[in-house]
Parts: sequence; C-alpha cells; structure tokens
Amino acid sequence: MAAALSLNCQKTFPGRLTIAAQLDLPLDPPSVLILFGPSGSGKTTVLRCLAGLEQPEEGVIQFGSEIWVDAARHLIVPPQARHLGYMPQDYALFPTHTVTGNIEYGLSNLPQDERRRRVGEVLALLQLQGLEQAKPRQLSGGQQQRVALARAIARQPKLLLLDEPLSSLDAPTRDALCRELRSLLLRLKTPTVVVTHDWTEALTLGDLIAVMSEGQILQIGPPQEVFSRPANEAVAQIVGVETVVQGQVSESVNGLVMVQVNGVAMTALAVEGIGPAVYVCIRAEDVVLEQAGISRTSARNHLLGRVVDILPQGVMMQVRIDCGFLLTAVITRGAVEDLRLAPGVPVIAAIKAGSVHLVPCSVV
Amino acid sequence: MVLWFRTNGNDQMNWIAIGVTVKLAALTSLVLLVLGLGIAYWLSFSRWRWKFLVESIVALPLVLPPTVLGFYILVAIGPHSLVGRFYADLVGHSLPFTFEGLLFASTLYSLPFAVQPFAAAFDQVDRRLIEASWTLGQSKCKTFFKLILPLSVTGVITGIVLSFAHTLGEFGVVLMVGGNIEGETRTVSIDIYDEVQALNYTGAAKTAFFLLVVSYFVLLGVYAMNRKVWAVWPQR
Repeated sequence: MAAALSLNCQKTFPGRLTIAAQLDLPLDPPSVLILFGPSGSGKTTVLRCLAGLEQPEEGVIQFGSEIWVDAARHLIVPPQARHLGYMPQDYALFPTHTVTGNIEYGLSNLPQDERRRRVGEVLALLQLQGLEQAKPRQLSGGQQQRVALARAIARQPKLLLLDEPLSSLDAPTRDALCRELRSLLLRLKTPTVVVTHDWTEALTLGDLIAVMSEGQILQIGPPQEVFSRPANEAVAQIVGVETVVQGQVSESVNGLVMVQVNGVAMTALAVEGIGPAVYVCIRAEDVVLEQAGISRTSARNHLLGRVVDILPQGVMMQVRIDCGFLLTAVITRGAVEDLRLAPGVPVIAAIKAGSVHLVPCSVV
Repeated sequence: MVLWFRTNGNDQMNWIAIGVTVKLAALTSLVLLVLGLGIAYWLSFSRWRWKFLVESIVALPLVLPPTVLGFYILVAIGPHSLVGRFYADLVGHSLPFTFEGLLFASTLYSLPFAVQPFAAAFDQVDRRLIEASWTLGQSKCKTFFKLILPLSVTGVITGIVLSFAHTLGEFGVVLMVGGNIEGETRTVSIDIYDEVQALNYTGAAKTAFFLLVVSYFVLLGVYAMNRKVWAVWPQR
C-alpha cells in the first residue's frame, strides 16, 4: 500500500457529539483533503485529533509508517513530535512577538543563518516584506492570515492542517486569498487537510472532499464527484450544489464570460482573476425547465437536452437532463405532469447567467 | 497619629533591623518566584478534579492568624520533629530562632501573595496560543518561557512585589519562629514593637514611618503597573 495518512478513530464529548471518523489521504503525490460540513459536524475535532490536540478514546491515526495514535496501546504522539503546520481558525498569533518572531518561533532548533534564510523565504512567498517588525495587532485580517500561514509552513511540515483558513476575512479579501492559497498549496506540495464550510473554498482548494455531518464522514471523493453524485440525501443537502462540471472560459465581454462545457456554450457572470479552467456550478433549484421549441425568456442560457431520469426528492422531483453534460433540476410534481416529462423527452433547461457560478479549478 | 518625634535619647533608626528585613523580604521573594511559579503553573494548567484542595491550602495563610501559622511551623521545624532533627543533623544547629527558619516561615506565610497573582495571570493566557506553540514543536517547558511567561509578566511582577511588601511587614510569624535576635531575626516590625515597649516613641516612629513609606511606594508601583500607566510593554 502506498504511503497514506489514515485516521480511524472515535472521540466522545459527553452529552454533545460522538465523532467516529474514518479517512485515508494518499501522501504520494501529496494532495489536499477538505473536511467539509456544517458547523458542529466535528470537522475541527478531526483536525485537532490529527494535530495531537485532542486524544481519541478509540482508534488509530497513522501517518505513512509513523503511528501517531493507537488508543488500544495507549500510544499518543504529542503535537511537538508530529512535525506539523497547524493554523487554527483565529490564527493564534503570539501578541508579544513581531511578525518575524512569530514566523521563526518554531525554528529555534535551526542555526541562526538557516533560520534567517527560511524566514526570508516565507516572507517573500507570502508577500509580507516590510512587515517584519510589526506586531500582530497592527496587521489587517488578511495580513494576519498570511503571517499565520507563513508560521505554519516555515518549518516545512510533513502535514499542513488549516482550520477555516479564510472564514474571518471579509468577502472580497477571502476570494482573493482563496486563489492565492490554492496556488501556494500547489507549490508547496505538502499533504494538507483544510476544514471549511464554504463550498466554493472546498472546490477551489481540494483534491479530495470528505463531507462530514454529526461526527461522521458521509462521503469522500474528488470534489466534482461528491458535488455531482452525492452518496445520499444527507450529502446532497450539505453540499447544496447538484451540478458541478469542468469548463473552459473562452471569452469575456461586458462583465459576462462565455464558458465551454463539453462543447456547450454558457454565459456566466465574470469573476475577477479566474483562470481558463473552471468548475461550473449550478444549484438544482436555479434551473427552470421549459418545453422544447417555445422558449424566449430573460435567462441567458437555454440548453436543449433530454431527460435521463426523474426521482422523487421529498415533495419535489429531481430531474436529471443530459444536455452535453449531466444537469440536475428540482421542480414540483405538478410541473413534471404539465411538461409531460419522462426519460427520453426533449426539454430546454433555462439558467440565468447569475446562477452559473464559476469556481477556479486546480485540475487541468 | 504620631509619625515623627524629636526627643533626646536613642532616636536613630535601627539600620541592622532594616537590613535583616530587606534581606529576608528579598530572599523570600526569590524563593517564591521559583516555588510560586511552579505551584501556580500546576494550579492553572492541571485538570485534576481535586486541585481545589491544594488551592485552599495555598490560600490558608490569608485567613489564619499569624500566631497559629507560626505555632505550627515552630512545631514542624522544632528539634522534636522529623524535619527539625534532619536539619539539625545536616547543618549542626536547629531551625527555630535562626534566619533560615525565618525564611522558611515567611515563604509559607507569603505563598498566596505570590501564587494567586501568578495563577491569575496564567489563567488569562489564551490556551489556543499555547496549543499553537506545541504544534510548532516547542516543548511545554519552552512554551512556558517563550510564551506564557512574557504574556504573564504583569502578574508575575505583581506577585513578587506583593510578597516582598508582605514580608517587610510581617510580625506574628516572625515573633513565633524567629524570636528577637539582633542582626539575625529582629526585623523592623519587631524593632518597632520593642521600641514602643521601651517607651522610645521617637525611634519607633522613625522606623514605622520608613516602613509606611516603603510599603506605600511598593503598592503604588503595583497599582500603577496594573493600570498600565507607563506603556513599557505592548498592551494586549
């Protein structure tokens, strides 16, 4: 078996939640795993178990050939000995230390010049030059995030753990830093586990997504697969985006962009700085179905396709349409009868440009 | 209130007693710095459910009459006790009515004045910072010196200054354990008592005034520091 980070453990918080999680993350090539789920689902606890800050009552955590936790043998490797880069949600920058002091905090075992070289390297990598002597309280939220990241990666850790790395930032900063973080993670080539509850972050950053709910990992797989083919209704509810397909941005005019998905052209709102490779994300409730042949609406996208299948989903019906790619729509039973929908029937799916969400895609 | 008298006779301040007192207070503070930091760290970070038992013992000198505490210490270090006999065998003389005995007693007596500010300061340190330090490979010991201590510096100084000031003015325990030996165990407070007994109000007044001024300035320093009148270190 190839080297992997594998976790299979249980942690109980009396009266609140029992976490029983099982996951495997291949280490070669290093990949980014997203722990995704609503708040209170146990994502942070799993991350803290990996960091050695929580001790599972049962189970095993193994990193490659190293055993970090074996509860049966009362073996727990302390966080100090795991060689991690851990970034907690609120960054936990040391208020008494400068930016440089924070970054070199974990490098005390290195000789002076090597330490200085490393600090210079990460300062440059995260564009923090000029802030070397600043104290954390003098920094903006975005700068604090970078310092925390710099501190975590300066040790060249074996495993990087990021807890909601972008959640305490305002929306424009978050979008920009999310793309930066993605290119940084691609460059670092360090196995990484990221906790988030934001699906755009999950898609942008992750090679693998583990969907968590109530302490359990419900599904684990590549983002596109998890979003497009949720294993069950709970996963579908949590991810909330039914259609995720890869596309290429072909042109950009007047704040709108044309995206090609399997030869189908679609119009979406432009997103600043987004690369040619994108994920095209469409929520099922944003798709309007029309009878083929008579459509003229304000929606910018009219995709001709055929119904693949129709499944009940609560009081609604989930209709999957093949229109060059598999598109999911959720409509009422009445609408299904009105449109006389059945597998094989041609139909037009109308989607407003604003409902076609584009997310940077790291898989090219 | 009588602050200052001017008569003939022996109205000089007893510098020997002042020397003994300052030496005792300084050494007590030093011992408490080491001992108190250890106890306070344990009290603040231990998850032992019965730790309040230890907290109560540490706080006992706050409520016990000094004579009661002094009595027990005297019995505990006296020649009939195990500790007392061991010490006498080791050093050649017994502990009561010596400077070392006095140091031992005043360390116990001032323990809460050091431990409580230390522990309160440690309690204020954000546990997430400590965890971040651990994940950066720093041992618990290194984390203490590199992170916890710098973050608790105000509380630590407060504790040290309070134990110093408290030792300056102690009376009951000193009388019980130290006796009244000039140059060895006669502290300022006992000297004042002696002077008053001898009806030498002038000498007593001078020494008392000295103690009053020193104590006031020490407390002034502590309060000013806690209000951060001088921003000598970064405010959090």
